[in-house]
Amino acid sequence: MDKRILFNLLQVVVVLLFSPLVAGVTSRLKEMVQSRRGPSIFQPYRDLRKLFHKDEVVSERSSWLFRFTPYLTFVTPLFVTLLIPVLTDYPLFFAFMGDMIAGGFMLSLGGFFATLAAVDSANPYGPMGASRTRMVGFLAEPVFMIVFFTVSFVAGSTIPFIVQQAWVTPPVNFFEPSHILLMLAFLMLIIAEGGRIPVDNPSGHFELAMIDESKTLEYSGRGAALTKWGGYMKTFVLLCIFLNVLVTPWGVAHEQTFAAVMFAVPMVLGKIFCFILVLVVIESSLSKLRLFRIAEFLGAAFITSVAAMITKLFIS
Amino acid sequence: MVYPGLFPWLQSLNALAGGFFLLCAFGLVAVRQAQDCLRLFVAQSLFLCLSAFMLGILLHSSDLIVVGIIDFISKPVVIPWLLRRTVGGEVHTRREITQVFNIPTSLLIALALTIGAYLFAMPLLRAGNAGELIGSNLPIGLAGLLIGAFTMAVRREAVPMALALISMENSAFFAGIAIAPDFPLIAEVSIAFDVLILTFLIGLLTRAVHQQIGTTAVGELTELREANQS
Repeated sequence: MDKRILFNLLQVVVVLLFSPLVAGVTSRLKEMVQSRRGPSIFQPYRDLRKLFHKDEVVSERSSWLFRFTPYLTFVTPLFVTLLIPVLTDYPLFFAFMGDMIAGGFMLSLGGFFATLAAVDSANPYGPMGASRTRMVGFLAEPVFMIVFFTVSFVAGSTIPFIVQQAWVTPPVNFFEPSHILLMLAFLMLIIAEGGRIPVDNPSGHFELAMIDESKTLEYSGRGAALTKWGGYMKTFVLLCIFLNVLVTPWGVAHEQTFAAVMFAVPMVLGKIFCFILVLVVIESSLSKLRLFRIAEFLGAAFITSVAAMITKLFIS
Repeated sequence: MVYPGLFPWLQSLNALAGGFFLLCAFGLVAVRQAQDCLRLFVAQSLFLCLSAFMLGILLHSSDLIVVGIIDFISKPVVIPWLLRRTVGGEVHTRREITQVFNIPTSLLIALALTIGAYLFAMPLLRAGNAGELIGSNLPIGLAGLLIGAFTMAVRREAVPMALALISMENSAFFAGIAIAPDFPLIAEVSIAFDVLILTFLIGLLTRAVHQQIGTTAVGELTELREANQS
């Protein structure tokens, strides 16, 4: 029992430590595809350290929301980490505290407060980016719901640890149309939620075109560091849900021993890096969509998820 | 003939081909360029061939494999070539083509049609006590038929309309190969040949329209006029 608490906390530590690395590798790979050298893969760590050592400037006109939000965006992915399988394929101590829907709500709670803080900062670009994020968010919401409901319908449960097993027992289930289509839909969701290229350009510095970035323009020092780190962790958590629950449930620890769990860390990181390669190919080969075409992109994701649902729902 | 442990895998792959077949049908409603329509149609035909091969192995029907081979030659290769020869460069334009509804609306309508197709198919499947193969192919073929008809109604360009028409034929095949695997081969061959003739005719017609009015946007032709009136 106490071992399970320990593993659960270990998951949190892994997410904390390795999420900036994932961001660093992504940006390095993207630069390499564009035949540039790019920053070191440890650059996000250096950025975070630098930001933590700097002074913070907070507008006099802003309210408590503005100061409170960085902590919330930092903490919510950590809570979600307690609920999802990052390193193990058996439920850990906190796994039954909440299901996937709770995890989704928690992640969107961070997003909600980030929106409020952006409006609160009174920077003209903040509310613009906030409203755009809300637009993407509310278009992504139905897809999330359909994906979650289909997944839990198949598994008979909404606890991600149980869902994980449903797609691969027997292994032929992996090739079910509903599974593959759900994977596609969730991939599109990750792109939309993570502000990746067909939807948003994460490395763009042009305020008018920003969607996700402009919400955090006003933060400096520790606030900026926490928001950034929270963003990295949110990506990491989404990738863990995608890879460990939906796509490849292999490579995570099966035995309840310390060695097995430690061995799972490089395996999971390896899976994530393989997926980053795919993501970099997608990002490098597509161009950013115009704002009002995002509805079409997420419409396609919605269609895919519903197709996944009906091929499962009506036949079984 | 086949190792029995392979059966669930083939069945699953057949269903997967069905899923992608359906996605291609959705894509035909939604994409913006005539070129992409053609590519999606080719992809859809390839998934049809894949399903035909799977079903051929599963049902021990050599006819279906021949059908798959005929499809593999005629649809992804000959039809694009025919359209290119008859219509000309219009097939490969990257020009954005418009629709009657905007894209999310037409996608949602197509989705409603799909759900409708499943609702129609379910009583049939239950009454016929059909197996899993028909269960995956019949509703998807039916949905493809409805979506193809809807695409023909909603598109304003000749080439995507023609492709929607042939994709309807694709869908009918997709349902047909599961329901009647022992359909006489001669009928299948004649249908495949028919489709080629049809494509040829549509291509010539489109070419004539293009020469007459300078565009293939047939959705804008709403008035009757005499031919030589200036």
